[in-house]
Amino acid sequence: MTKKNSDVIPGNSSFFPVSIDPALCNGCNRCVEVCQVDVFAPNPEPGKPPLILFAPECWQEGSCVAVCPQKGAMRWKRLLVHRVRCRHKDTAEDFFI
Amino acid sequence: MKAAGMKWPYPVEWDKTEYIETDVLVLGGGAAGCFAAISAAKKGARVALVEKGAIVASGAAGSGCDHWESATTNPCSRISPEELTETMIRTFSGYTNGISHYIECREGYDRLLDIEAMGAKVRDTDDEFKGADFRDEETKLLFAYDYFNRFTIRVWGSTFKPALARECRRLGIRIFDRVQATGLLTERGEKGTRIAGATGINTRTGKFMVYRAKAVILCTSRPTRLWLFSPDVPGISEFRPFPCSGDGQAMAWRAGVEFAMMEKSVKGEWSGLRSFPPYSTGNNHNTWYACNLVDAEGRALPWVDRDGRILDRFADRFRPAEGQRLYLKGGGEPSFNVYEVQGPDTPPVNDLLRQGFKLPFFADLASLPEMERKIIWGMMVGEEGKTKIPILRAYGEAGFDPEKDLIQSYGDGWKSGSFLPQERQLFGLPGGVVNDWKLMTNVEGLFAAGDTLYASNCFGHAAATGHYAGRHAAAFAARMEAAAVDERQVAEERRRVTAPIAGENGTDWKELNTAITRIMQNYCGAFKSEELLVTGLKMLADLETREAARLSVRNPHELGRAHEVLDILTNAELVMEACRARKASSRELEFTRLDYPEIDPPEWMKLVTVKRGRDGVETDSRSLRYFGDLVENYEKHNPADSERV
Repeated sequence: MTKKNSDVIPGNSSFFPVSIDPALCNGCNRCVEVCQVDVFAPNPEPGKPPLILFAPECWQEGSCVAVCPQKGAMRWKRLLVHRVRCRHKDTAEDFFI
Repeated sequence: MKAAGMKWPYPVEWDKTEYIETDVLVLGGGAAGCFAAISAAKKGARVALVEKGAIVASGAAGSGCDHWESATTNPCSRISPEELTETMIRTFSGYTNGISHYIECREGYDRLLDIEAMGAKVRDTDDEFKGADFRDEETKLLFAYDYFNRFTIRVWGSTFKPALARECRRLGIRIFDRVQATGLLTERGEKGTRIAGATGINTRTGKFMVYRAKAVILCTSRPTRLWLFSPDVPGISEFRPFPCSGDGQAMAWRAGVEFAMMEKSVKGEWSGLRSFPPYSTGNNHNTWYACNLVDAEGRALPWVDRDGRILDRFADRFRPAEGQRLYLKGGGEPSFNVYEVQGPDTPPVNDLLRQGFKLPFFADLASLPEMERKIIWGMMVGEEGKTKIPILRAYGEAGFDPEKDLIQSYGDGWKSGSFLPQERQLFGLPGGVVNDWKLMTNVEGLFAAGDTLYASNCFGHAAATGHYAGRHAAAFAARMEAAAVDERQVAEERRRVTAPIAGENGTDWKELNTAITRIMQNYCGAFKSEELLVTGLKMLADLETREAARLSVRNPHELGRAHEVLDILTNAELVMEACRARKASSRELEFTRLDYPEIDPPEWMKLVTVKRGRDGVETDSRSLRYFGDLVENYEKHNPADSERV
């Protein structure tokens, strides 16, 4: 039972709706602790951005972005497949978000 | 930042076991679990709270909740708890949980006041909506849907879970975040005997946890991923959170707990990449009620009452029809399309097309009265779970302006996706464990609350039943000695839980989950029969014996996921057995038996119950009204001095 040393292979991050800017992230790990799915793990190097280990399991609720104290460090990027059509009422011009 | 191949970032404790002793053990730390822990602690019990995620934001309402239903005792309500509960019972032809919904109606508003006292925001204290039709100027409460009867309150639910977590810590509750419960411990390790505790695993370290408790409360939501699973994006397989895998139901089934209505499932409403994120496209229901819709050429869609009469005035969307006592939400909610409680809505799409309206339709927030626009976009969309960041902020950053722009509707109502009849889910008051007036199950000392109960739904229901189960469990624990934990049962559970660690190159949990959904779609889909169900059960048993035994994992996190899928497998068996037990079709349960096609024959208008006994599955039944008179029974079990804690 103990033969495993618990390796981890990072999850595929496609369809993952969060991006982290390493220049702005202060490594506080609040996002790690708030996530109910446990997508992230703390970086072994203190002060560095969290590791994204289980991206496909993200429930896409945004709590990680909501608790981030560093403006712009963690951003929500909508999945391409979730783009919707909007329309400016005054010009009847469509745009997609 | 992506990780390269690396060692697991937490200490690995596969070989360690931690023993905890407590009076009341709460499994699941969502709305129900936190309220259960809080009320048990306030009654003086030692409480341990076990949560797979982290209680600060876990559960279906972890990131928010925009309205609180059934708040009939708020000072502005024109409906009594008894009237609303009886209305719900009639609406669902008796197939609802009279006990839990009466608790919701009678105590739900008190729980809202509790959560406000903990620091959450439940009224318009900033006067943002001063003068709005939906606001009571004295209490500053904001109402939704039926502005005349005023029993649904709009709330700032993103403040709720953090407030509950703070309160749990303040009360000294022992919180075990990142621990996934795996099994119930019972006296002598037998099915149906008194509860003795539970086991779990820490999904970061792999440590095995043994909890010894006098009373246990199951607050583990409801099973998902039985028919719907998206291997590429498993996290969004269903509307309920990904970690809601029915662990509590599975361990309760293994322990001999009685279930009702597990044969009920509905056609899928939301899943994976086939749907848009909830509330993110144009619609006029639920969170978006009662938004204006326009057609492709900008013509406003009409609104009608339950009789099809055109509603000319905007305010008519928020009051019952002539001669109607009340309505439950707006139209478009299939469960509430019962004439007695049917609310205003836009006509069905086919009717609109016949009238010359052109697809696609768009939500037109811009043409709403200012307060109605602000309450939908900015408050409801913002405070409802999964909306603050993924929709309100993200759309704003992308340039969407609610005062100037339209958003297209993709499909009928809020759903935005379409599904095949065999792609089903447990939704809209599905089945769960059977409860008595103390919210105790047939296993002595095992209580349940929230979505674990049969026919349950919503934050207010979870909060009220959690609090109620917590205080009754504390009272139970206060008068009982702890049952002895059976060490053989602990050892067997430890062996079962840790088995996948030893596997090499075995079955992956995602593949197993996918296989289960295929069996459920093929043998327990829209049409059931004895032959199909028996075959399905054989296939599930085959999966369990041959493939589940070959599951392998690489780290504690994957061990948790593997056990979720094993629990999903157990829940699939439970659902199929419940389907076998009802030998009649049922409209209310959306249940079609090819071999028993008669719909709702009078002798089958009852709760059919199933449990796993010593010698196999045992079926039984209860009257739909087994809970008796609401007021009389509530007062008998809740003397005046016991209600407040």
